[in-house]
Amino acid sequence: MSEHHEQSFWSKYIFSLDHKVIGKQFLWLGLFFVLFGGFQALLIRWQLAYPEQPVPWWLLGDILFSDTGGIIDPDKYNALFTMHGTIMIFWAITPLLIGAFGNFVIPLQIGAPDMAFPKLNMISFWTMVLASIVLLGSYFLPEGTAAGGWTSYPPLSSPVGGIAGEGQTLWTLALTLAGTSSMMGAINYIITVVRLRAPGMTYFKMPLTVWGLWLTSILNAIFVPVIAAGLILLLMDRTIGTQFFISGGLATVDGGDPLLYQHVFWIFGHPEVYILILPAWGIVSDLLSVFSRKPAFGYKVTAIAMTTVASLSMLVWGHHMYTTGMSPLLGKSFMFLTLLISIPSAMFFFNWLGTLWKGSIKFDPPMLFAMSVMWVFGIGGLTGLYNATITADIYLHDTMFVVGHFHYTMAASVLFGSFAAIYFWFPKMFDRKMNPFLGKLHFWVSFIPLNYVFFNMMVLGYGGHHRRIYDPSNYDFLKPMMWLNEYITWFAIALGLAQLIFVYNFIHSMLKGEKAEANPWGAATLEWTLEAPIPHGNFETVPTIYNGPHEYSNPKVKDRDWISQSEPISS
Amino acid sequence: MSEVIAIRDPWGKATTGKLAMWLFIIMDGLSFGGLLIGGAALRLSMSNWPEPGLVLNIPLTAFNTFLLICTSFTMVMALNAIQKGDQKGLKNYLAFTMAGGIAFLGIQVYEYSHFFLGNETLTQHLAEAGFVGASNFVPSTGTYAAVFYATTAFHGLHVLSGVIYIACILYAANKWNYTSAQSDKVEILGLFWHFIDLIWIFVFTVIYLI
Ligand SMILES: [Cu+2]
Repeated sequence: MSEHHEQSFWSKYIFSLDHKVIGKQFLWLGLFFVLFGGFQALLIRWQLAYPEQPVPWWLLGDILFSDTGGIIDPDKYNALFTMHGTIMIFWAITPLLIGAFGNFVIPLQIGAPDMAFPKLNMISFWTMVLASIVLLGSYFLPEGTAAGGWTSYPPLSSPVGGIAGEGQTLWTLALTLAGTSSMMGAINYIITVVRLRAPGMTYFKMPLTVWGLWLTSILNAIFVPVIAAGLILLLMDRTIGTQFFISGGLATVDGGDPLLYQHVFWIFGHPEVYILILPAWGIVSDLLSVFSRKPAFGYKVTAIAMTTVASLSMLVWGHHMYTTGMSPLLGKSFMFLTLLISIPSAMFFFNWLGTLWKGSIKFDPPMLFAMSVMWVFGIGGLTGLYNATITADIYLHDTMFVVGHFHYTMAASVLFGSFAAIYFWFPKMFDRKMNPFLGKLHFWVSFIPLNYVFFNMMVLGYGGHHRRIYDPSNYDFLKPMMWLNEYITWFAIALGLAQLIFVYNFIHSMLKGEKAEANPWGAATLEWTLEAPIPHGNFETVPTIYNGPHEYSNPKVKDRDWISQSEPISS
Repeated sequence: MSEVIAIRDPWGKATTGKLAMWLFIIMDGLSFGGLLIGGAALRLSMSNWPEPGLVLNIPLTAFNTFLLICTSFTMVMALNAIQKGDQKGLKNYLAFTMAGGIAFLGIQVYEYSHFFLGNETLTQHLAEAGFVGASNFVPSTGTYAAVFYATTAFHGLHVLSGVIYIACILYAANKWNYTSAQSDKVEILGLFWHFIDLIWIFVFTVIYLI
C-alpha cells in the first residue's frame, strides 16, 4: 500500500473490486439522488400550494426559473414530477437498498469473501454512473429533460404529439442503462447467495435481510429484461421512426398500440414495487429481532411469506390498468390476485408484532426507523386495498390518493427502511458511531411531517384532486381544499429540512464520530464478528455456521443475551 | 441445534461462471420473449399482415439459418477438441465458428441494405403486400417493418456480441495456451452461442415462416 500509493488510490477507492467499497459508492450515489429528487418534490409542492407565485430564493427560485421570474411554468412542472419519480425510484432507492446494502451486507452475512463476480460488480456500479450522467445530461438540452411522467406512457412519451426534444430520448436511454446495471447486480447477488454461503449457512439460517435482497434479485432478473425490451421499442419509436406505441390520429401507419407499452411497463412495474420493498422487509424483520432481544417470531413463515409475495407479484400488473377498458373478467382476476397478496403480507406483519411481543425493546435510532416502517407500511398496505378494488379504483385512479398510497409504501417504507439500515450498519461501514441523539431527533422530525404530508394527500385525492394537474386553484371543486395543499407543502418543507440533521450527523460521524466497537448492537449475524477495518476478502478463516440468525436471550448462553451464528452453543 | 449442515448445492459440479451464464440466458430469453410476444400482440390486432415471402427473401434467410446451425456444430467440435487437450483443433473450430457468425451478419447487412435502397421489384412486392407507394422497406414503413427490424436487429446484435466473445476467447486461448483445464471457458462461450442459435430458430419461424 505504501509503495504503490497513487496506483492504489484508484484501485482501492475508484475502480475497487471490494464489495464493501462498491457498496459505499452506491451509498454515495443514492444519497446524492435522494437529496436531488427530494428537492424537486419541494418545488412541486410549492407550485401546488402557491400556483404561479415565484418560488422563494431559499428554494433557489430565482436561479432555477430565472427566465420566468421565479415562476414554474407548466412544462417545467411536468419535468419536475417526471424526474422526481424517476430519480427517487431508479436512482435513489434502488442504489441505496439494493446497490449499497445488497453489496455491503450479503457477502458479510453469508460468510463469503466477496461477491461471486467482483469485476461484474464494479462494472455494474460504473454502468449506473454512466446512466446517471446521461440522465443529468438531459437537463442541459435546449428543450429540457423528460416530462412524460415517471411511467412515460405513450403518447406522452412519443415523438409525435408527445414531449418534444431529446430529453425523453435520453430518459429512455438512461433507464435502459440503469436496468443493465440492475441486471448485472441481480446475476451477481443470486449466484453469490447460491454458491458462496459458508459451511452450515443453509437457506433457513440466512438472515432475513439476505432473503429479502435475494428475492429482490430474482425479481430483477426476471423483469428488468422485459422492461428493457419495452424501452428498446420506445427508443426506436423516438429515434428511427417506428410506431410501436403510436396509434389513432398521431400515427401515419396502422398497428401501433399505446396499451402494449402499459402492459410491458406494468409487467415490470408492479414487481418493481416489491423489488424495492423486499430488502426493507428483510432488514426490518432482522432489526426488530435485534432490538427486541428476541428471536424473530415465525422466521420460516416470514421467509416463505416473502417468497409468496414475490411470486404473486408477477401476476397482478393489470391492477394499474383497470381504467383502460380491460374486460371485466380480466379485471376481476387481477383484483382477486392482488387482494390475495394481503394474506402473506399480513402473515409476516403479524410475525413482526410477534417479535416485539414481550421483548425488551431498545429504542435506538435503527429500531425507531424499523418500527416506523411497520406503521407506514401498514397504512400503505391497507390503502392499497382501495386501489386494488375495481369499484373504488375507478374513482380513485390517477388522483392524489394513489400518490399518497404509493408514497406510504415506497417513499416512507423504503426510505425509512434505508435509514434504519444506515443507522444500523454505519458502525460497520465507517468504523464510527452515529450520534444517537441526533438520530432520534432526525426520526421524530421526519416521522411526524411525513405522515402529515402523505396522509393528507390521500384526503385530497378522495376529494378528487388529480395527481398531475398544474394549478389546482383553477378548479372550483378543489378551491375549498387549497388550504390543505398549503399545509402539506409546509410539512413537506419541514420534512426536507429534517434531512439536514441526517446529513450533518452522517458526515460529522463519519469524520469525527466516536470509534465503534466490533459489535455495538450485540447482534448475532456474521458481519458483527469482524473487527474493523475489514480487509479485502473479509474472513481470515471461513466461518462455520451453527445457529440461526436471531440467537437472542437464549437461556443456554450464560454471560450475554446474544450468540453469533458462528459460535457453537455449549450446553 | 448445534450440528453443522454442509451446503447442499442442487447444481452439482457446474462452475459458478456456468451458472451465471445459464441465469443470463434465462434473462436474455425473457427479453426476446418480450419482443416476440409484443410483436405477436401487434400482429393479432392488425387486419393486414403480409404473407411470408412477399417482402422478405426466405431462401436467403433459410440459407443463413443453415449457416448458423453449422456454427453451433463447429462450436461443439471446438469444445470437444479442448476437452481432449487439442489446442490447434480448438483454435480452428473457433475460427470456423467466428467466420460463420461474420457471414451470418454479412448476409443480414446485405438483406437490410437491399431493403433500404429499394428497387422496382421491391416496390412492386411492397405494393402487393399492402404498402402502396412505398419505394423501400425501412422501420417507419409500417408496424410489419418495425417488428421485423426490432426482432432481427436485436438478434443481430447478439450475434455480433457472440463474434466478439469468440474473438476474446480465441485471443486468450492463443496467449495463455488453453489446455483441457480451461475447457470450462469454452463451454460457457458455447452456451451463449447455442442460445443465440436457438433463439434464431424462433425468430426465423415467427418473422419469416408464419
Ligand atoms: Cu401494482
